[in-house]
Amino acid sequence: MTNTTRRDELTRSGQESTSSPPVPGQRWRVVAARRTDTERLLSRLRTGVALTAGRLATTTSKRLRLGSGGIIGGRVAMALRPDLLDRLVADRRIVVVTGTNGKTTTTHMVAQALRAGGDSVSNATGANMLDGHVAALMSEPDAPYAALEVDELHLAQLTDRFQPSVILLLNLSRDQLDRVGEIRSVEASLRRALRQAPAAKVVANADDPNIVSAAIDHPHVTWVSGGCRWKHDALNCPRCGAFLGELEGDWECACGLRRPVADWTVDSNGLIAPDGGVERLSLPLPGQVNRVNATFALAASTELDLPRSESLERIQRLRDASGRYGHTTMAGREVRLLLAKNPASWLEMLDLVAENERPLIFVVNSRQADGHDVSWLWDIEFERLAGRTVLVTGERALDLAVRLRYAEVNCETASSVQQALHSAIIEHSAGPVEIIANYTAFRDLFAKRQQH
Amino acid sequence: MTDDSAIRIALVVPDLLGTYGDRGNALVLAQRLRWRGHRAEIVTVLSSAETLPDSCDIYLLGGGEDVAQQAAVNFLARGDGLRRAVDAGAVVLGVCGGLQVLGTSFTTGDGVTHRGLGLIDISTEPGERRAIGELSTRSEEHELGLLTGFENHLGRSRVGPAARPLGRVLHGVGNGADATEGAVSGRIVCTYLHGPALARNPLLADTMLSWVVGEPLSELPPFPELTELRSERVKAAG
Ligand SMILES: [Zn+2]
Repeated sequence: MTNTTRRDELTRSGQESTSSPPVPGQRWRVVAARRTDTERLLSRLRTGVALTAGRLATTTSKRLRLGSGGIIGGRVAMALRPDLLDRLVADRRIVVVTGTNGKTTTTHMVAQALRAGGDSVSNATGANMLDGHVAALMSEPDAPYAALEVDELHLAQLTDRFQPSVILLLNLSRDQLDRVGEIRSVEASLRRALRQAPAAKVVANADDPNIVSAAIDHPHVTWVSGGCRWKHDALNCPRCGAFLGELEGDWECACGLRRPVADWTVDSNGLIAPDGGVERLSLPLPGQVNRVNATFALAASTELDLPRSESLERIQRLRDASGRYGHTTMAGREVRLLLAKNPASWLEMLDLVAENERPLIFVVNSRQADGHDVSWLWDIEFERLAGRTVLVTGERALDLAVRLRYAEVNCETASSVQQALHSAIIEHSAGPVEIIANYTAFRDLFAKRQQH
Repeated sequence: MTDDSAIRIALVVPDLLGTYGDRGNALVLAQRLRWRGHRAEIVTVLSSAETLPDSCDIYLLGGGEDVAQQAAVNFLARGDGLRRAVDAGAVVLGVCGGLQVLGTSFTTGDGVTHRGLGLIDISTEPGERRAIGELSTRSEEHELGLLTGFENHLGRSRVGPAARPLGRVLHGVGNGADATEGAVSGRIVCTYLHGPALARNPLLADTMLSWVVGEPLSELPPFPELTELRSERVKAAG
């Protein structure tokens, strides 16, 4: 009630200080050139009120366990001060990270790398839409650098508001088709987003035809090549539909779309920078997928003229990213938490667990944020685990169990991860347990881990 | 190398029509044959192939985006392998986009009407909004009974007089033009059920396989998760 009154007052006083009628749909705006000292003071006060109210909402939301608080805080602050975002991004070097997979981990790596230049903030909680960005930026309004993870379909909304310094485009593959839409429309939306940000530096994946199609018309693109593990969404040209082949190395389409020459290349030996410099990579995070993520982060800091060796050294310190790949103890047992939310990321996580004989628990949910359709389970080659035993749980444990039965993987369903950890199969096995969970399932596990 | 005694299952242009786990239908059919001691071979035919071979026993067409759907029609019209196979008694399953491609015509979201392959009497126009969610139906065909799946499509389809609906909608949208779902004509089965359809509906899978084998199939020991999954999903549909 009090909040509403205050907001109304602010709106009214805001309108009075406006010299021209507000834009339709916008309650008021401030025209800086004609402001008196009093108005300037008022404006600063309003920003202060918005920041305080936003932070208060964040803290309250956390206390009430409503969530990490990132989104609600940003929403409150933006409602009080619609131009808050413009103020928060002014004079800041902002790197935005988008793509289907690896956003959160790469954002953590970028935030680390940027600290080679000064303080950096990031929306590391995964609140990756506009209100989450506001919440992250206002948590440290004076930090000169920011690393922001952006939902693929929200990059256009972001570049409509401001032009970031660097945009990282990681990859594009099928993910939550019932929610996000099909890849073609995501690619078109990314292309539109880049058209709105001609001044940004783009760092993009040269091996992913969907990303190449989205980025290639931009005036400043640096290309990263680290291979393309999941190929099923890039067999055909995103521009004309012609068959592209198996994507080993170079590809070129009759319509003119072709794999660009890579500026950064990364493989198991290390990476080669655009200046020809070779860097060895020793990351605590496993797999080629993280070598590629690290290369993107390093490319971003290089675009901002930060020293390469110091950036790389900071990236190599990252041990887990919001719980991803982290080792922890649950029910008295050492576990490693792995996130896989679509066929491409399952492929990468299966690469990791197929290397060892550790006990396995898979968790699949199908809430709004996961997508309600789990037919993608059939796009994953679980056949490579044939003969092993997997404990399955989560809201869609039965779909997963049926899929595994057809792949001749032994499986048993459990009502929860806790129960799975206490099952005879897991208790009689040795070594750390590998838990692969999809989005909300992973988030819940990570939240539980933090409570310990 | 092809195995002459194996039942050949063609996964038709999965690079164009294979968005919703449609490969799963091939895995289910092949595995249900192998579990019964038959030999099965999955033949993947990408759109880079010259033409579609007419020598397979089963053809599977999945769902795809508008552009891909038109490209699939162009590929399949070339060489006419699918029509020859159908005339020779092959079994065909078309899911979602596959249903539309096999039909007489479909109008895409951009308002353009395309000719389908005309292998089954069903035509499709865009609806006002996408039908997305759990779908359950009851089928009188071949005593299939309750069918369950997930639907995600804009198209609204009308079954013509030369075909019959596959089922009647219990919960969900289905064909959308009326309360029916999918279509059947001879050995061609079309449906909006994915999930994939044959993973959730083993009786449908076995019915199609029995047409190929030419006799009723032996019972497979049911696995409990599949029975539970079916009742869980039907409950989730409404
Ligand atoms: Zn092309």
